[in-house]
Amino acid sequence: MEFIQSILANELIVAIILSLLPLFFIIIYALIVLYTEMKVAAHIQDRVAYMRTGWHGVLQPIADMVKLLQKEDIIPAHADKLLFRMAPFIAFIGTYAAYAVLPFSSIYIGSNINVGVFFLVAMGSLVVIGILMAGWASNNKWSLFGGVRSAAQMVSYEIPTALAIIIVVMITGSLNLQEITKFQEGGIGHWIVFGGPLPWNQKLILMPFTFITFLIVFVASIAEVNRTPFDLPEAESELVQGFNTEYSGMRFAMFYLSEYANLFTVSAVVVALFLGGWSSPFGTLMSGPVWGIFWFVLKAYLFVFIQIWIRWTLPRLRVDQLMYVSWKVLTPWLFVCLLAVGFILVN
Amino acid sequence: MSAIAKYFYNIFHSLYTVVVGMKITFPHLFTRSATVQYPTVKMKIPERARNRLYVNIDDCIGCDQCAMACPVDCITIETIKSTPDVDLGLTSKNTKKRLYIPRFDIDIAKCCYCGLCVWPCPTECIVMTDVYEFSEFDRQNLIYSFSNMTEDEVGAATARLKKYEEEQAAKKAAAKATSTPPATGTAVSPLPTPVQKSEPPTK
Repeated sequence: MEFIQSILANELIVAIILSLLPLFFIIIYALIVLYTEMKVAAHIQDRVAYMRTGWHGVLQPIADMVKLLQKEDIIPAHADKLLFRMAPFIAFIGTYAAYAVLPFSSIYIGSNINVGVFFLVAMGSLVVIGILMAGWASNNKWSLFGGVRSAAQMVSYEIPTALAIIIVVMITGSLNLQEITKFQEGGIGHWIVFGGPLPWNQKLILMPFTFITFLIVFVASIAEVNRTPFDLPEAESELVQGFNTEYSGMRFAMFYLSEYANLFTVSAVVVALFLGGWSSPFGTLMSGPVWGIFWFVLKAYLFVFIQIWIRWTLPRLRVDQLMYVSWKVLTPWLFVCLLAVGFILVN
Repeated sequence: MSAIAKYFYNIFHSLYTVVVGMKITFPHLFTRSATVQYPTVKMKIPERARNRLYVNIDDCIGCDQCAMACPVDCITIETIKSTPDVDLGLTSKNTKKRLYIPRFDIDIAKCCYCGLCVWPCPTECIVMTDVYEFSEFDRQNLIYSFSNMTEDEVGAATARLKKYEEEQAAKKAAAKATSTPPATGTAVSPLPTPVQKSEPPTK
């Protein structure tokens, strides 16, 4: 960050470059994840997926993107045109804003604000507005159902996420993601999922609770990005395509990009909160700013892979089961963890 | 099971079953795929699979049995009788060919691939092949013509038959004129008798 600032004197240009960097990352990453998703899906079902565009179809995501950009932008006749046009961009803004506080490396973070995690949760809510807007403005019963389900789901699952974040904040004493990551530096044993860098006696008691918190926040993160088994907002077999049924071309691509960017965001948050973010699992070995990016992306990508893997393994939940999981399982367990962690830390 | 025990059981059971499911799907990432890259690699089709029809017109005697057997009437055969002075040759089963076949069309778009036309054929000239890729842009292209006769040959055959029939008719007329016929209607009747007509067809 300072390096870019030193070679470019103008602060405005620096700001623009820094704000565009995640966009390039998202686009490249989205192409890779699109490819991974299709290949993993196919191989789990004993198929091979694309084989024709390039070596084993590696150019297919690019072809898909080009196709989507060329397509006609259709707006339904009785749709609320302004909201319909706006919705994908609001959803994407919510996703993109979250990248401002993701600590990619010890020297790179878009905006090193001290309420980082709070900002992330707030921006995550903006995605809900975009999705609900899309569902409402489409003037289509499937879209509306998708939007309403999405709102109910995301609002329910933000509570476990927020509670889990509070637990981490209690341990680290900071809302800044960079600080939280720095707190966990020094090898796999210092990660919060294994109790954090605390004295052994505290750590051993803390470990089960942090591990449960980690599991819960992972489940909640899958629900927040609307993926199977929590993909009720876009349940293909029930709602055609859910909130984005009426979307096509560029705007559909925007939703798509937003979905995949969000997938990375939630994985990155889990990684930064519980798995040491950019810090190396081997202590000082292979650590440094560039290795930091490597570890961060690798860990987040592993979680993206697990989410894809889960998607092609589990069937979809019912709406009442979804609510049951959030309110009767995740939230009470987190309260127990919250109390236990507080008690352990005080003593 | 009490409600609270069921609650905990459900949680651990769901976590356990998720792990079981993921354990099942993971090895599939590394197994060989069950599909093939179709246009370049093709799956072996069964030995007796019924696909596109083929007619070896050299063996066809124009008996029309396949057309009669066809449940969807997709086979159309037209024949011209040959005259005694021409020899159409033998089929590979040593059956004498007596008919010209100017038209043997199969509308493969109508064909239901039942194979019923194959069994009645006395010379085994209509067969099911293993070709299954024959889509066309124009439906007319799906009408396959198997006749190898040219327009001229058809014309010549028709003319010869006409001439022969005329000759026969003339001969008959000549024979009739020479032998003074007795009272007409008793010995020679141009129509078959009603008894013959109602006779059931022999199998």
